[in-house]
Amino acid sequence: MEKICIVCPKGCRLSISQDGDKINVSGNFCPRGVKYAEQEILDPRRVVTAVAPTDSESQPFLAVRTPDMVAKAKIPGILTKIYALRLKAPIPAGTVVLENCDGEGTPVITCMDLD
Amino acid sequence: MKRNEYDVAVIGAGAAGLAAAAVTAKAGASTVVIDRDVRPGGVLNQCIHNGFGLHYFKEELTGPEYAARMIRKATEAGAIFRIGSSVMEISPAQADGRRALTLYSKESGVEIILAKAVILAMGCRERTRGNLATPGSRCAGIYTAGLAQRMLNVEGKLPGTSAVIVGSGDIGLIMARRLTWSGIPVKAAVEIQPKPAGLARNIAQCLEDFGIPLYLSTAVTKISGKDRVESVTIAPLDDPTAERVIECDTILYSVGLIPENELSRKAGVVLDPKTNGPVVEEGVYETTEKGIFACGNVLHVHGLADQASEEAERCAESALRSIGMR
Repeated sequence: MEKICIVCPKGCRLSISQDGDKINVSGNFCPRGVKYAEQEILDPRRVVTAVAPTDSESQPFLAVRTPDMVAKAKIPGILTKIYALRLKAPIPAGTVVLENCDGEGTPVITCMDLD
Repeated sequence: MKRNEYDVAVIGAGAAGLAAAAVTAKAGASTVVIDRDVRPGGVLNQCIHNGFGLHYFKEELTGPEYAARMIRKATEAGAIFRIGSSVMEISPAQADGRRALTLYSKESGVEIILAKAVILAMGCRERTRGNLATPGSRCAGIYTAGLAQRMLNVEGKLPGTSAVIVGSGDIGLIMARRLTWSGIPVKAAVEIQPKPAGLARNIAQCLEDFGIPLYLSTAVTKISGKDRVESVTIAPLDDPTAERVIECDTILYSVGLIPENELSRKAGVVLDPKTNGPVVEEGVYETTEKGIFACGNVLHVHGLADQASEEAERCAESALRSIGMR
């Protein structure tokens, strides 16, 4: 299987094959490529970034993210929760606005100050 | 009119301008950073996706997070911010070598800022449908990818209900995912070149993740629609008769960037027809106008914000040398 590594902008073209329980990876420039390939086969994950509605007139929407990757299959549900938020100003950047958005303990945090 | 005097005036508070200002202010040069937007950060503030800072901060950040760190760096170094302010003109060098910048803001009206060195860091504009001269209807629903990005991420407005991306630049790819995640299906991305323009990782995580087809070596031959876009017609370059009509009400153009040099040109700065950025001496970043330097996307289009910031730091060092502060 061919997969493009998304860990950094280099975008290595990974060749991945499965040999029983063992996953063989080639085409990676650094060890992060192997880790990414294994994750992509066993449990594909992505960082979620979106905007959440606020009660502020000057910043009606605020950038938020998951600090870590979440299971790909859970992303639509997480987005629904984010879009249902109504953030109240002021909130500094890095504040948790959703605890445990994925059922695995991953929060959603703000990426900028809401003045 | 107020008169303000600084050692260095930086025009633009994005990835390049902020990095340059942090360097000059830290070296003890009185530094002003001027930006026309209501907050510093430039386009980073609307780039809410992650992928920034891996080179510069050795950490993966979103655009607003990258901007916040750079703003803190410049602020802590002592740079003064003038936001909501547009530079209308840069004067010829005065007898003492300084330049006068004519500034306009809603709060203070017209002001003059005097600076020993000027650093241009105004970034780029996007190429539009007009640049490509796509045939067809001139209806509503046609945006540049960056405009749609601003609508969605800053203003929270949905640009339409179903979309096609023209071109395969990174902003367009990022917007394909953003639209999908906002409930707007993306029917296709259409690239005239045989290879995608954007990063491979963005093809993977923004198109392939959602099964969005990418048509390479394919041209948009027609946009149809009366008041609003109704469909877009595409055809492979090697067989123009094999047309395909894709229904959608929104088209995003992601077909390249042009350094924004109206101000530079007016100041007499000579531009390179290849890059559309100022002609500068290699490694010195001084334009053909003495005391005016350029860095970041206004100089040439960079692949990553990190690279624009790193270049800006080198440019700032050079500007400091020119005023005897290094």
